Amino acid sequence: MSDRPPKVIVTKIGLDGHDRGSRVVAAYLRDSGMEVVYTPPWQQVATVVKLAIEEDADVIGISSLATDHLLVPKLMAALRDAGASDVQVVVGGIVPPADETRLLDAGVARVFHPGSSLQEIAEAVRALAGRALALREGAAS
Amino acid sequence: MNEPVPLPQDDLAEGESRWARAFAAGAGTPKRVANRSGIEIRPLYTPRDGNGSRYAEALGFPGAYPYTRGIYASMHRGRSWTQRQLVGLGAPEDYNARLKDLLAHGATALSLIPCNSVFRGYDADEVDAELLGTCGTVVNTVEDMERALEGVPLERISCAMNDPSPFTLLAMLLAVARRRGVPWPRLTGTSNQSDCISHFVANHMFFRIALAGARRIVVDHIAFANRELPGWNPLSVVGQHMQQAGATPAEAMAFTLCSALQYAEDCIAHGMDPDVFLPRFTFFFDISISFFEEVAKFRAGRRIWARLARGRLGARDPRSWRFKFHAQTSGVDLTRQQPLNNIARVTAQAIAGIFGGLQSLHTDAYDEVLSTPTHEAARIAVATQNVLREEAHLVDVIDPLGGSYYVEALTDEMESRIMALIERVDAAGGMYAAVEQGLVQHMIGASARAFQDAVESGRQTVVGVNAYRVDEDPAAYRPLEYPDRRRIAAQLARLAEFKARRSQASVANALGELARAAQGRDDLFAAVVAAVEAGATHGEVCAVLRRELGFGQPLTTL
Repeated sequence: MSDRPPKVIVTKIGLDGHDRGSRVVAAYLRDSGMEVVYTPPWQQVATVVKLAIEEDADVIGISSLATDHLLVPKLMAALRDAGASDVQVVVGGIVPPADETRLLDAGVARVFHPGSSLQEIAEAVRALAGRALALREGAAS
Repeated sequence: MNEPVPLPQDDLAEGESRWARAFAAGAGTPKRVANRSGIEIRPLYTPRDGNGSRYAEALGFPGAYPYTRGIYASMHRGRSWTQRQLVGLGAPEDYNARLKDLLAHGATALSLIPCNSVFRGYDADEVDAELLGTCGTVVNTVEDMERALEGVPLERISCAMNDPSPFTLLAMLLAVARRRGVPWPRLTGTSNQSDCISHFVANHMFFRIALAGARRIVVDHIAFANRELPGWNPLSVVGQHMQQAGATPAEAMAFTLCSALQYAEDCIAHGMDPDVFLPRFTFFFDISISFFEEVAKFRAGRRIWARLARGRLGARDPRSWRFKFHAQTSGVDLTRQQPLNNIARVTAQAIAGIFGGLQSLHTDAYDEVLSTPTHEAARIAVATQNVLREEAHLVDVIDPLGGSYYVEALTDEMESRIMALIERVDAAGGMYAAVEQGLVQHMIGASARAFQDAVESGRQTVVGVNAYRVDEDPAAYRPLEYPDRRRIAAQLARLAEFKARRSQASVANALGELARAAQGRDDLFAAVVAAVEAGATHGEVCAVLRRELGFGQPLTTL
């Protein structure tokens, strides 16, 4: 059992750059004791996967305002292909209900909508980091 | 007959303390209330607070310096604001169909929102196809622009292009006008996203070259418009992005004015006369639901800009002192919970903007917090404006809140806050320097966090989010469908066909000229126009500039 703090990547993939949400959430997670790797917007899926592996991240948080969440199924597939399925992915932002179902089906752990509280997000991320750890330990044993 | 009971004969000060005692006896010490800009709001304002004794100096008449009460003598009593709704989705013909529908229903101006791939400086064949046309129109070539504007009388419709530096959409519009024989001087409209500073500070949605190059293109673009396009507003200085990113209303106004000063000073250094370019500066702001604060923000902004343009920039023509602005109701205030409540929010925001004296208004669709707006929601947004103007009679009196003790006191206080922030940016070396240092971004980030904390602690009520919650089924909402993928595939095929068919030698030559202009000091925007007319695509133009001038990274620190 590791007692390091949860490690979270907060990023945006795709084309949009509205970053109020990702910046506020990243700062809050950091202030509540997590290790946060924050990136500017416009990341490529492959870059995020590489970063998650290099940083040994527990959770990836994807912020999306303008339909970039449509790329998340590609991210999930790329994580699987890289053998990093233990990394838990959450999405926050403007995600229409039908799209939320598609994201959850693709393996996203949780979708946060506008109005979610920072505390709620932090609690969920902490729990998911625990799940990522358990998955890794399960695989190791 | 009984004599009426005598009333106390207080002077104002005595009357006010009598009131304060009565208030305390009834309601105790007033709870501390502060607006989003941090100004403490008392429960009552009186003639002792107002600026009525300085009427001429502080307020004046509408259409006259310092324009606190409005930039035109007749304001909305003379002419309604422009109803300019943002439109853009799918392929150029999807845009054309929706535009024609809007024009048939009375719209007099168009606004083209390109696809995010265009904003980011790419052609359709350079990005993930899933993202094409999902919240803007794919326009990469002069032929795409031709299809988007097919059947639209360019000489009679004001065309706003949401067109960040290097202004390829405007270049395409100019090329289309030339093909149709419409003289450029007859085109009217605005380059809506010309404020590169706002893109560095917030809303990093746009193609960015490093700040120095972006700065140069903006000035070249303004100079080009001064020479060739007398009906075009080349600059829209944007406070909306910053306020949406978390800036308080006072910060958003202050930073916007700082950007405007910076552009104006650059133009003057470039040899331009302020009375030539300032009359065509426009502004674009957010309207939050903090009602009186927004009214005061706009009134204070008008007064400050008039003073800065006349004093600091030395403009002599009154048209240079006028603070013309478009405003959009704030999407950040809208909630996913009980989304129909957003119609009430948009209504309150729109009233604040109208009382604030705007020239042009975009009302948000209630469902934009759920998806790209549906047609029905977009129609309600337009109807909201019509109801306010023609049923509620909001336009009968100019500056109807002027003279309110509260609104005048708040206008003065907002002005002091804004001026203090402008001094802070000046002390940092101006807006470019303040942005390079991250000063502005960090202030906005702190304000965004403070607002979120206020919501989470319950100090700021958000109906349906931290109060008055109800159970609801979000799946009941039917979002706008994404564009037909076959249309997007056809658009990609057309781009390939266009690239194969054009004169490769002319394109290579024009892109070479663009690179040389970037390396030297020639007019960059004229080179962009020439490249587009020669058949270069948007993505190719942006690629040359990215290579020659460098890429502009947003702040990587929190």
